[in-house]
Amino acid sequence: MAKILAVDDSASMRGMVAFTLRGAGHEVTEAENGQLALDVARGGSFDLVLADVNMPVLDGIAMVREMRAMDSYKGVPILMLTTESHTDKKMEGKAAGATGWLVKPFDPEQLLATVKRVLG
Amino acid sequence: MVNAALAQFQQVFIEESLEGLDTMESSLLALDDGGDAELVHTIFRAAHSIKGGAATFGFPEMSSFTHEAESLLDEVRGGKRAIDGGIVELLLRTVDCLRGMFARARAGEPLNDAVAEGLRGELAAAMGRGAAAGGVQARREVDQADAWTIRFRPHPGMLAGGNDPLRLIRELAGLGELAVTAELDRLPALDRLDPAECHLGWTIELAGPAKRADIAAVFDWVEGECELAIEPKHVVAAAAAASAAPAAAPVADVAAARAQRETSAESSTVRVAIDKIDGLINLVGELVITQSMLDTFRDGVDASRLALLEQGLAQLARHTRELQESVMGIRMLPIASVFNRFPRMVRDISQKLGKQVRLELVGEHTELDKTVLEKIGDPLVHLVRNAIDHGLELPAQRRAAGKGDTGTLRLEASHRGGNIVVEVSDDGAGLNREAIVAKAVQRGLIASGEGLGDEAVADLIFQPGFSTAAVTTDLSGRGVGMDVVRRNVADLGGSVTIRSTSGKGSVFTITLPLTLAIIDGLTAAVGEERYIVPLVSIVESIQLQREAIRTVVGGGELFRFRGDYLPVIRLHELFGCPDAVRAIDEGLLIVVEGEGARVGLFVDGLIGQQQAVVKSLEANYRRVSGVSGATILADGSVALIVDVAGMVRMQSRRKVA
Repeated sequence: MAKILAVDDSASMRGMVAFTLRGAGHEVTEAENGQLALDVARGGSFDLVLADVNMPVLDGIAMVREMRAMDSYKGVPILMLTTESHTDKKMEGKAAGATGWLVKPFDPEQLLATVKRVLG
Repeated sequence: MVNAALAQFQQVFIEESLEGLDTMESSLLALDDGGDAELVHTIFRAAHSIKGGAATFGFPEMSSFTHEAESLLDEVRGGKRAIDGGIVELLLRTVDCLRGMFARARAGEPLNDAVAEGLRGELAAAMGRGAAAGGVQARREVDQADAWTIRFRPHPGMLAGGNDPLRLIRELAGLGELAVTAELDRLPALDRLDPAECHLGWTIELAGPAKRADIAAVFDWVEGECELAIEPKHVVAAAAAASAAPAAAPVADVAAARAQRETSAESSTVRVAIDKIDGLINLVGELVITQSMLDTFRDGVDASRLALLEQGLAQLARHTRELQESVMGIRMLPIASVFNRFPRMVRDISQKLGKQVRLELVGEHTELDKTVLEKIGDPLVHLVRNAIDHGLELPAQRRAAGKGDTGTLRLEASHRGGNIVVEVSDDGAGLNREAIVAKAVQRGLIASGEGLGDEAVADLIFQPGFSTAAVTTDLSGRGVGMDVVRRNVADLGGSVTIRSTSGKGSVFTITLPLTLAIIDGLTAAVGEERYIVPLVSIVESIQLQREAIRTVVGGGELFRFRGDYLPVIRLHELFGCPDAVRAIDEGLLIVVEGEGARVGLFVDGLIGQQQAVVKSLEANYRRVSGVSGATILADGSVALIVDVAGMVRMQSRRKVA
């Protein structure tokens, strides 16, 4: 099972993501903004990062950009959790180095299916 | 679809959203006062979180409603629209409306109402367009075929985004049988090969009926990072592009509503800071160590180890006290959650009345028991409304009185001894002594104002049915109020007092106990019975000579105390205790104060001071006047806790009768 870093400033959203993934046997570490996620990422290794876009302190897009600059996170899949259904945020995320996105609202099954899809 | 995870986090979502709305509100108010651009981001983030969460946690109506507000905020954020008073006003009403939606979500009621519908239109109008489109955009036409040829050629940098071509090809395999051919034509020479880049391309033959959209979805994340061509090999007769999606929506609504009902009613959870819990765990750890140390005395104590035993018992006492304080601390929440509603309220009321008010909040981090916190809101709202409505003057009147146009209203919370003190003060006109006395005489509360001290006059406004406002407004009500404020505060074991200076303003002081669960009290003996008198209400304990007591008509006894005559309440008479001391000079008078009046409680004597855990009499027996609860003493016997305010009320009723 995979080690996953879940980043979201909303405790309910982060909690649901973490709960769902743990239920599927994954090891989940939570962070409540991009800056904390970077700190956690530096201290460990993850197979997948799931990050919200809009967060205080450091937003998801800036976080992806900084994470991609770290050697150990060059090829790690990073998914953006986004409510924007229009493409500009997705593209902004892609340009920063995100692997893909998961559009809110999502249900637990869809989350697991997407994670499975990324982890192969 | 509702499942366990959803229901579990729905509550968390509601709570954090209500906090988000508070943030939105205070930021909007700050913005109105000329705040900076960062505030717009804060407001946007809060709206955005609610929108995203609402859709995920089963509140689609709320999500689409918030979407309108978010779009408006997005334009402000992007500099496409200047923020003005009108937009702030509109967004403030949106915040109110969302609060209502969350309340209905908790109660399991339908979320939308006329207000929400109206606001949705206004938000859309503010965006310069008609009602929300709402519908799903037309998707690209559904194309179906029995077999496809897919040419997929990643750009060299695609791997850096974490997308592995192998994964995509595997995913395609889920749609049908694949025949994959690698294209090697762009492969550079070995010495120039960068392992982090992708130079391969693939031609994939997919056999089996599949939709173009399903195939395109596999490559969704690499759009713009690859060359992609999806071509049908055998075209199937164009399938009707029927959109069956909308039919599923109502079912989801019903399910979501049911889920809400299951988790309805007021929240009875407390959010606790992690360091408080860590502190508790730490204390329990120490308690365990002390316990195991004391356990070594199980086989008996000999003189040589007596000092150790004493030390252990002292530790146990300390840990128990600390543990008690920490556990009480879990119920303690900052008063900020109550204070935060006032900026908005003060703004609305002062605008309505044409007054200029500057609100100062001090000591917002002062912590109160959760129960006290929930019940102190209404009395405070009343005091604040009164202060703006009756206390603070109109700008012209202020100028005439030599004051600045803007009045100051100050809310201050602080710890004072074992109490929490909340003060509501204004620099308005102060209480109008003549008007109060005139009204009180008219109401038959007093015969005349002669000889009444300022304190006694101020106290008149707490009488039921008292109102002096020449014109009653829709804000401060119609004279129902101050008596209710005093009663509500008294129910919390607290008191309200006023200090007022004509022309300078008034200060309302609410004194509250730190917690309702434990009180500090003096244990008094009355015959065989023990009574606890709350320490906060005790003024002094005195022993009197027989001659100091005056008996008045009707059998009441009075004694002189600091220039006043106070009534004596003999607890042994009130509670019918046999074998109690009857002679005044053999017992003790405890002078207590409640609701601004003093009485002397006559008891046999004092036993000592102790903390009492309050057990409700109402919950276990029934309400008894003069008694606020019971507690269990160290020897296992039960002692009643004296309700001082109740006794004062009983005494004044007797006086009237």
